[in-house]
Amino acid sequence: MAIDAATVRKVARLARIREPEERLEPLAQELNTIISWIEQLEEVDTDGVEPMTSVVAVALPLRDDVVTEGGDTSRILSNAPKSADGFFIVPKVVE
Amino acid sequence: MSDLTKLTLKAALAGLKARDFSSVDITKAHIEAIEQARGLNAYVLETPDKALAMAAESDARLARGEGGALEGAPLGIKDLFCTDGVRSTAASKILGNFVPAYESTVTSQLWRDGGVMLGKLNLDEFAMGSSNETSAFGPVINPWRRDGSDAALTPGGSSGGSAAATAADLCLAATATDTGGSIRQPAAFTGTVGIKPTYGRCSRWGIIAFASSLDQAGPIAKTVEDAAIMLRSMSGHDVKDSTSLPVEVPDFASYVGKSVKGLRIGVPKEYRIDGMPAEIEKLWADGIAWLKDAGCEIVEVSLPHTKYALPAYYIVAPAEASSNLARYDGMRYGLRAGGPSLTDVYEESRAQGFGEEVKRRILIGTYVLSAGYYDAYYLKAQKVRRRIADDFDQAWQTCDALLTPTAPSAAFALGEQSDDPIAMYLNDIFTVTTNLAGLPGLSLPAGRDAQGLPLGLQLIGRALDEGTLFSLAGALEKAAGFTAKADRWW
Repeated sequence: MAIDAATVRKVARLARIREPEERLEPLAQELNTIISWIEQLEEVDTDGVEPMTSVVAVALPLRDDVVTEGGDTSRILSNAPKSADGFFIVPKVVE
Repeated sequence: MSDLTKLTLKAALAGLKARDFSSVDITKAHIEAIEQARGLNAYVLETPDKALAMAAESDARLARGEGGALEGAPLGIKDLFCTDGVRSTAASKILGNFVPAYESTVTSQLWRDGGVMLGKLNLDEFAMGSSNETSAFGPVINPWRRDGSDAALTPGGSSGGSAAATAADLCLAATATDTGGSIRQPAAFTGTVGIKPTYGRCSRWGIIAFASSLDQAGPIAKTVEDAAIMLRSMSGHDVKDSTSLPVEVPDFASYVGKSVKGLRIGVPKEYRIDGMPAEIEKLWADGIAWLKDAGCEIVEVSLPHTKYALPAYYIVAPAEASSNLARYDGMRYGLRAGGPSLTDVYEESRAQGFGEEVKRRILIGTYVLSAGYYDAYYLKAQKVRRRIADDFDQAWQTCDALLTPTAPSAAFALGEQSDDPIAMYLNDIFTVTTNLAGLPGLSLPAGRDAQGLPLGLQLIGRALDEGTLFSLAGALEKAAGFTAKADRWW
């Protein structure tokens, strides 16, 4: 399943990264090289093997659903590219 | 007073405690050394004022007969750790001038114990790289050069700044992180000691995420014992990281110097790869002989899925990275570019903010997670990951730790491997297995190649058995007698 320029365009769109038209073909070649190297995994017999999602064999801890930190708007906004009146300012989303 | 930078962490702590010199003295010596070493590009941010203020506070505590385990010791911090009020970038343009309003758990523990922050250390962008060349600040230069050559070599990556700064005496020790080998390979390339502890030993809270199921913090230091002292302060359970392990932190340094008699050391035959330089083969044989002399029993073991570790990693790590790095959207912090629509801002901010290797990995990760491919790639990789972990479980039936080389070569020249992603990825061939299995791995300098460059040996242990690694590393350190330092040219 070779990756072509159209696939790169689609994946870049999903990843929200703008890739100029002339980069699509070279990127497709790079990704194909990497993906075909990765495909040697097909040689491994994994029938009946449980996928490993975590190396830590403990149940995720639970805590009470209470506020532990917060109420500090100015600290949260301190790195905002644009903010006003205690809000992040973002481009218009809804017309 | 510049000799103070040559001290080991242990010797410096003893001198500080005995009041032979003050924390301000040793901090000033380091600040001066850092200023003279800017050509190495190890620090991306120097914080001398903060360092001197922290040092003065340490001196006050020491004068009162108080002080923690690292009291007064000047340290370097990889710029992947968020530091309260101090710019933290992950060496990426996308974070711009991000100034965290919080402190990572690991660094907060260093300051709790009296450590002094000298500044933030360079790295590959988002810790994605093996040569430091993906940093938005440009690469770190290895203090080591080949004999008779002035070619600039890589310090390795991603913790290249941490390794170079430690090797060049620009800090007593440094924090680092390791997702596929990013502590151990730079340690091997610079003649320093680095340990990636068991996954969950150190809290990941406040460390800028790359691949969360693999990322783990650890120290780079001048000696095995220094690494043990640092790791003790860095470790410990943290309720803010749900994968942090609720276990006691041992006094790791107490394991250094312990007898290793009777320990069974596994030598995995799959780590003998084609094209491995003869010097690395010889170093490995030396390591085996040294441990035998120290009373260890050597056993051959098999880790049959070793060759699949890197391909599995290059599915799991980019997949997790593509998810983790989705947060960089130009809305709440960091770079915002493009417009006027929201999508334009997302796409343009990420296009301008991320470097080529980071983009490449996000695209791979997005591809392997996309509809129709998830089972073929991601699920398959997770199953192979289980196979790799099972290999280690099998090995622990017959041995207590493994001995391998750390990296397949000595430090290479900048630019030498940057055109070929897969050649670059192969740097992690011996280290990446422990990340996939969550096991501790330690690299220590054990010899030099024909051109005078340091080479490292790696010890791999059972989960939470860093103590045994420190004992074995102590024995190897003593036998190898590696004391060489890079000749100062900077």
